[in-house]
Amino acid sequence: MRMHWSDEGIVLSARKHGETSVILCLMTAEHGRHAGLVRGGAGRRARGLYEAGNFVMADWRARLEDHLGSYTCELLKSNAAMVLDSPLRLAGLSSACAVTERALPEREPFPEHYRSLSTLVAAVEEDNWIQRYVLWELQMLTDLGFGLNLTACAATGSRDHLIYVSPKSGQAVSAEAGSPYRQRLLPLPSFLLGGTTDAAPSSPQDLAKGLELTGYFLERQGFNDHKSGPPAARTRFVDRLAQKATISSC
Amino acid sequence: MATGDIDLLIQLMSKLPGLGPRSARRAALHLIKNREQLLKPLATAMASASQSVKQCSACGNLDTVDPCVICTDARRDSSIICVVEEVADLWALERTAVFKGRYHILGGVLSPLDGIGPEDLSIGGLLNRAGRDAISEVILATSATVDGKATAHYITDRLSECNVTVTALAHGIPVGGELDYLDDGTLSAALRERRKS
Repeated sequence: MRMHWSDEGIVLSARKHGETSVILCLMTAEHGRHAGLVRGGAGRRARGLYEAGNFVMADWRARLEDHLGSYTCELLKSNAAMVLDSPLRLAGLSSACAVTERALPEREPFPEHYRSLSTLVAAVEEDNWIQRYVLWELQMLTDLGFGLNLTACAATGSRDHLIYVSPKSGQAVSAEAGSPYRQRLLPLPSFLLGGTTDAAPSSPQDLAKGLELTGYFLERQGFNDHKSGPPAARTRFVDRLAQKATISSC
Repeated sequence: MATGDIDLLIQLMSKLPGLGPRSARRAALHLIKNREQLLKPLATAMASASQSVKQCSACGNLDTVDPCVICTDARRDSSIICVVEEVADLWALERTAVFKGRYHILGGVLSPLDGIGPEDLSIGGLLNRAGRDAISEVILATSATVDGKATAHYITDRLSECNVTVTALAHGIPVGGELDYLDDGTLSAALRERRKS
């Protein structure tokens, strides 16, 4: 039986295949992370369509379910083009796509993650988008089954003065309980305690700490099947934010 | 069925861009049929190019002399460098006959997917030129793609150490383009970059 479905998707990557085709990887609403061949996708006309972060309506066909299959896509919204001139936003968008591609298993539906990624990608032009980004990575850890417990102290059960996270358990630790072990604990920026984007904008230093925290657990849990470690796009985004944090602290 | 030298010729030609095994067979047959007019001059030209063409040690361009004719042309403005991804981009800009400065060829763009990092591109050479020569402006003419722009942003950061003005090519409506047929990204870029007429 011939396989065929249509679904909304976000372009995660497009690797050139031969002279004119690309292997397109999409994060789709109902079919999860799914790859397929796009004939003519490397051509001049189609090139702008397959940029990371773009929303597309995809049509996937294959002879058998486990075949790579081929895509035909229609552009819904060109998100990449909106941030091409903004280095940090572009780096963030590339990082979100690269992290999704690296961390999620292929062909497994993650509708919640699709929704959170599309919200993040759509909000990449807004003011507090980095805060959203860190919360999105936190949500991704939860989606992968490695959610952090930031509601109470792992040692005392206290809900006050939570400023560390245990790298072992992924649970918050209060200032008092964590004081003797602070060298070994990860810093917990306050904006992650509420878990919403409504709070006041955080400082670049806090955002960098947030990325350090999620990066630690993503590397341990999310990317652990990949010998190459975190995607280069995320490393570049973290470096760029760290640069901003250094400048603003001077 | 072809054998020996003909087979090898077809095999090699099928590796050329734009040619598959069938079109390579047609092209090989055409060359053999026109031995004197095409095959022999082509073989000579290829042998000669293989011997003489080299990469310019200053800009990365391909030429028979090193430094290349663009780098040694005294009529060109040596204070402006246009940074392009590949030699093909240099040729495209040269066809316009508008730019009269010098070039720098990166040899690609940063591409995390393909494992191409800054160390794989000729960025160090560009920084050396910008720091050493009397350069006043660097024009970044990378593609308007995520990888192309990420490369441009990276180079802009690195060039902040040098005392040069960094500019980039504008994006917008192509000549002959109709608004109705343009994609959202190009249109919004054109709107953002609008100017007083």
